[in-house]
Formats: sequence, structure tokens, C-alpha cells
Amino acid sequence: MSTSLHNFAFGVYPYIAGTIFLLGSWVRFDREQYTWKTDSSQLLENKMLKIGSNIFHIGIIGIFFGHALGMLLPHSWWQLITTDIQHQYIAIYSGGILGIMALFGGLLLFYRRLSNERVKAISRLRDTSIILLIVITAGLGLNTIFDSYHHAAQKDVSEMLLLSEYLKSVATLRADASLIESVGMAYKVHMLVGMTIFLIFPFTRLVHVWSVPVTYLKRPYQIVRSKLSSRQT
Amino acid sequence: MKIRAQISMVLNLDKCIGCHTCSVTCKNIWTSRKGVEYAWFNNVESKPGIGFPKNWEDQEKWKGGWKINKKNKLELKAGGRANKLINLFANPDMPQIDDYYEPFDYKYNKLQSSPLVEATPTARPVSQITGKDMEKIEWGPNWEDDLAGEFKNRSKDVNFTNIDKQIYKDFENTFHMYLPRLCNHCLNPACVASCPSGSIYKREEDGIVLVDQDKCRGWRMCVSGCPYKKIYYNWESGKSEKCIGCYPRIESGMPMACAESCVGRIRYVGVMLYDADKISEAAVSKNKQDLYEEQLSVFLDPNDPDVIKQALNDNVPQSWIDAAQKSPVYKMTKEWKIAFPIHPEYRTLPMMWYVPPLSPVQSQIDKGNLETDKNGVIPSANSLRLPAQYLANMFTAGDEKPILSSITKLLAMRAHQRNKTVHDEKVSSVLSDAGLSSDQAEEMYRYLGIANYEDRFVIPTSHEEIRNEDPYGFQGVNGFTGGNSSSYGSKGGKGFSLFPSPRRSSVIPVETMSNNKSK
Repeated sequence: MSTSLHNFAFGVYPYIAGTIFLLGSWVRFDREQYTWKTDSSQLLENKMLKIGSNIFHIGIIGIFFGHALGMLLPHSWWQLITTDIQHQYIAIYSGGILGIMALFGGLLLFYRRLSNERVKAISRLRDTSIILLIVITAGLGLNTIFDSYHHAAQKDVSEMLLLSEYLKSVATLRADASLIESVGMAYKVHMLVGMTIFLIFPFTRLVHVWSVPVTYLKRPYQIVRSKLSSRQT
Repeated sequence: MKIRAQISMVLNLDKCIGCHTCSVTCKNIWTSRKGVEYAWFNNVESKPGIGFPKNWEDQEKWKGGWKINKKNKLELKAGGRANKLINLFANPDMPQIDDYYEPFDYKYNKLQSSPLVEATPTARPVSQITGKDMEKIEWGPNWEDDLAGEFKNRSKDVNFTNIDKQIYKDFENTFHMYLPRLCNHCLNPACVASCPSGSIYKREEDGIVLVDQDKCRGWRMCVSGCPYKKIYYNWESGKSEKCIGCYPRIESGMPMACAESCVGRIRYVGVMLYDADKISEAAVSKNKQDLYEEQLSVFLDPNDPDVIKQALNDNVPQSWIDAAQKSPVYKMTKEWKIAFPIHPEYRTLPMMWYVPPLSPVQSQIDKGNLETDKNGVIPSANSLRLPAQYLANMFTAGDEKPILSSITKLLAMRAHQRNKTVHDEKVSSVLSDAGLSSDQAEEMYRYLGIANYEDRFVIPTSHEEIRNEDPYGFQGVNGFTGGNSSSYGSKGGKGFSLFPSPRRSSVIPVETMSNNKSK
């Protein structure tokens, strides 16, 4: 990869994807509430969904928090509880297990989209392609484990630290693409495809992620709306 | 005491002829759209039978409605709040499209476009989901119509609990009734409680339960949570939909389309006043057979001066109190006690009540096979064809007493009318035996026998002025939106929006109400 292309891909593209991710979600939530939904097809097919969806969601949510905690928490905090090499092994094993769950569950959901006649009939191109893209990203993520394991075996944690530093630089708005110029191609491809998911996120069913109904835990069971409270002020 | 008003319905099953006019009217108005072809906000079932969707009454299977937990508190049968969130990825109790039926249409076009052939051309069924030909239609919304199908399958009906059902297999002992069903607009709705996004709500002013289509996220918990299976998932829009109680009609003082179109005049629509503070207490009653009486105790007497005073305090309009005093629903449920809630044991406190059917057995009476009154014409309540236990399982959680009392009253009313017109008897002893005064019996006859439109439907118009402080600000905007319907953002322009919200301080050169100054 040429330097300028590298700089664009890891210095600029994250912000393009991130901006569209945030602003796009906001615009859609603001203007198109009716389209804001999980778009479930459980009514039409249940057997594969029960296995696939549960495994996929547990895997993908675990991976999300794994990335966030493992890469974005300050290095010094991690050093309080583990050594770097332990950290890398934790990442390899937990990421490996959760990644396989996301990959297997996602593949099953993708297969379901194509094989079940009813689900296939109601699937839009973007319903089928977004799950495929996530499966590919999960596969590419698992693919990095070979490199990581190799490094860990040699007690080499430098790439993990570089990737973590890079991610922090992006998150703190001073993206430094040069940090990861030397890391393996496997990581770079995984990151590029992953960023693309964020780019198209607002235009797919993925927006339901924003609406995790945690408020349900606290709200009273019954909801009554009154005319008085809906008075136009 | 917190008094609220509710539009409620009574269905007199004794007069239902199973014509499905209600269902078809409803279908044509509300669900002839893509994604809800399979949904019937109103449907008519033939009982005994497993109904629509299949076995909807089997809550051990669907986990709909409420249960009492170990702490003696109400909890959703499918589990508590955390449990719902854990099952968000795949609802374990979700009915499948085949539990309803695969929606179909016919290729009628083939009948006209077919070339000259030996055999008569046929209009083959085609799936409205996949668009492919269907070999065979396996199930439909009224598949068991008029007791179609084998007794073995129909008798899976859970209302046969505690009944030796095998004797009803024989043709001579067969019994049959129709059960029209719609959303019960419950006082303690399980669908509202099941919704993780809080999109389902009950309207304070008329008790109609609605799904906020903008807030629904498609988590599907209401579909399984409703024990009556009256919430349908629209597979096209990805949102849940349900009977809306024809609220645009109700608001303008008209009965629901199903009630208005009923050719048998079996439906009665009126206002009920109830004490909202007593709901949770009534729904946790330990013995499930007490739930019917408990719900009755939630209803308030609209002629009681204390109730009227409190109702006005709680913003129930005077016209609604007037309507409640003339409510046919109040008469049938509370005064005469001839109507019952459907499956009170689900603890949802449903608001569509039913008068049990009498199942005419004239030929048996003529042959002298049945126990009758002293005139030898009207059969006694417990010798009817329909087992009282079956009705009790459906309407009183298995308690036969209220059912038999209701049927006795209905029979006494008939005997009284017969004695009057045939034997010229003014006062019949049958009435006092059934616990009815002759005035009551005459009124019951007027409502049940004659069933005039004005008696059946007592519906006050809604009071939009409560919603709109400033009627002039509302002038000229009905039916018009600025651009697309969501132009003003997720909160209708009230909250912060990315795009310009409407200018709200238009100048109206008219002195409006004094409380308008708060602006």
C-alpha cells in the first residue's frame, strides 16, 4: 500500500465513516422513525434464527466490548491488572471464541436469508449484504489471530500496542496512520472492512443497535397516554 | 380513587350466526395491506376448536398474559423484565406464520387469459409472501368453520379441561358455538407490559390500546405477550399492529366497523367508568375464579353522585358520564350480570365481554328428551347442549355458577315473554326464581331481543378541545402536513431537531382562553 493511500485509509477514512455513522444515524432517527426497527423475520422462520441469532448476537456484542475495552482503555490501567503478554493471550482466546460465535451465527443467518424461501422473498439486497459484510469482517478478524498467536509465542507484543495506540489516536481526533504502517496486512484489511460497516450502518437495519431497550428494566409495566399531557405548548 | 372511562363492548353470542361480516368489514378497512394479509384484527371462530392462530388459548405453550410470582406480585407469564431482554435476539414464544396461515390469493386472471383447453381452467392459489404457487392450502383464518375437520384435532381446545370430551365426539352430542374475537383493550394489558421500547399505550380518555408505529422497534414481545394473540407482526413494515378500536370512528361517536356492520345485532358498545387505582389489586386476586368478580368490582356505578363528582375531578367529560349512565355494557355486565370477560384467568382484565349462547335444542324438547320449565317449552339451564363447564372454562376460569345464573336469566326472560304473549300472564314466577324483576326482564328483552341501534350503541364524541388549548392554532391544518409526514422530526418539532422545526409563535389576533398566557 502506498503511503498516501495508507494515510487516506487510516488517517481520513475513519473520520468519513465515523461522521456518516453518527450524523446519518441522527438524521434517520430524527426524520424516519418509522424505518427505525430490527426488521425481524422471526415470524417467517424460527428454527435457524433461534440458534443463529442468539449465537451471533452474543458473539458480536462480546467482540464489540472486547475491542473497546482492550484497545481503548489506557495502557497503564491494563498494566495494573495484567502483563502485556497476558493481555495479548486474553485477547486471542476471548476474541477467538467470540469471533467464532459471531462467524458461525452470522453464517447461519446469511444461509437462512438465502435458503428459506419466505425469508429470501422478503429480503432486500441490503439485508442480505449487511450480514455478509459482518461475517466477512468477523472472518478477517479471526484471520488476524494467526499473526497474533505467532507474535505472542515469541513474546512480541509490539503490534498489539501499536494497534491500540493507533485506535486511541483516532478516538482522540489526532489520527496517526504512520503508527500502523508496519503492521501485518491481515490487521489492515480487517480494519478497513470494519470501518465500512460503520459507514453504511445508518442505511441498514443495524440502527436497531442504538435502541437497546435498557429503559424497559426500570419503567412501570403499564403506559397510559393522556390528552392533557399531549397538549401543544 | 382515580376514575377513567373506557369504550367497551359486549357480544351476545346467543345471536351470533357466524357470518363473518365483522371480520370482512374490518379486513377491508384496516388489514388489506402488504405484510398483514394474514392478520385479522377481528375474526370469528367455531368452538370447540383450536382457533386462530392455532391453539391460541394454550398459555402453557405461548406464555401469554400474567401470572402471580412467588412474592404474590403480578409478573408476565413469559418472565420478568430482565428475562425479556435476554430473549430479545430470538423470542422463544414467537408464533410462526404457519400458526396463523400462509396468506394466499388466487390467480383469477388465469380464468380469463387461458387459451382454449379441454379441461376447465383453474385459478391456482399463490402465496402472498413468496409469490410462488401453493400446492395445497393447509390452513386458514377460519379453517374449522362450522366444526370442519376431525374431532380429534378440534378437541385439543383447552376449554375441554375437566370435561370428559369423548362423549361430544358422537354426532348426537355435538355442540357448537361461534366466538367472534377482537382486541380486548384490556385494563391490565400484557402487550403494553411486554413492549421493551414502550411503544404500546392505553389512551386515558377512551381506554383504546394502540401501538405507536414510530416508536415500535420490532422486538416482537407483544406478539407472544398478548394471550389472545391479537397483536400481529407486519412482516413488511417490521412493526406490530393491532385492532385500533376503530378510534377515528369512536372519536366521532360512531361504533367500531365490526359492531356497526353486525347483521345479527349481537354487539353492544358503551362507556364504562372504572377505578384505575383498583386494577393492580383486582388482577392479583389469588384464586383465579375470583377474577371475574374482582373485575366487576373495578367498574363503577355511573349514577352514584360520589363517582360522578370524582369522575369530573379526574377530567372525564360530562358527556361521557351521561353516556356511561346509558351504557348497554354496564347494564349487561354489572346490573344483569349476564356477560363475562373472556379468559379472566389471563389476568389482563379484558374489556370485550360475552353473553353465553343458549344452544337451541328445540327438536329435543319436542321429543320430551330434555328437562324443561313447567310449560314444557323452555329447557332448564343445565340441560342445554353446550356443557356449562365448557363455557365456564372460557369465561369464568372454570366456575359454572355465574354462567348458569346468566343462562337461567336469559331463559327466564324468554319464558316470561312467552307467558305474557301466549298465556297472557303479567307476572311470571320464572323471573323471581332467576332473580329478575319484571322491569329488568322487559329491559333485557328490549336490549337483547329488539336490540335497537340507539340502545346498542351509546358512544359520546371525543373532546378534542382537551388536547388543544388553542383551537385557533389548530385552524386550517387538519389533513395537511408540511412536506413528508415526518418533516418535523422525531418529536413533531417539539424537541431539538437537526432541521428547522415549525415556527410556533404565529400571530393569532384573537383573545384565546386565559390559560393560554402560559405560553
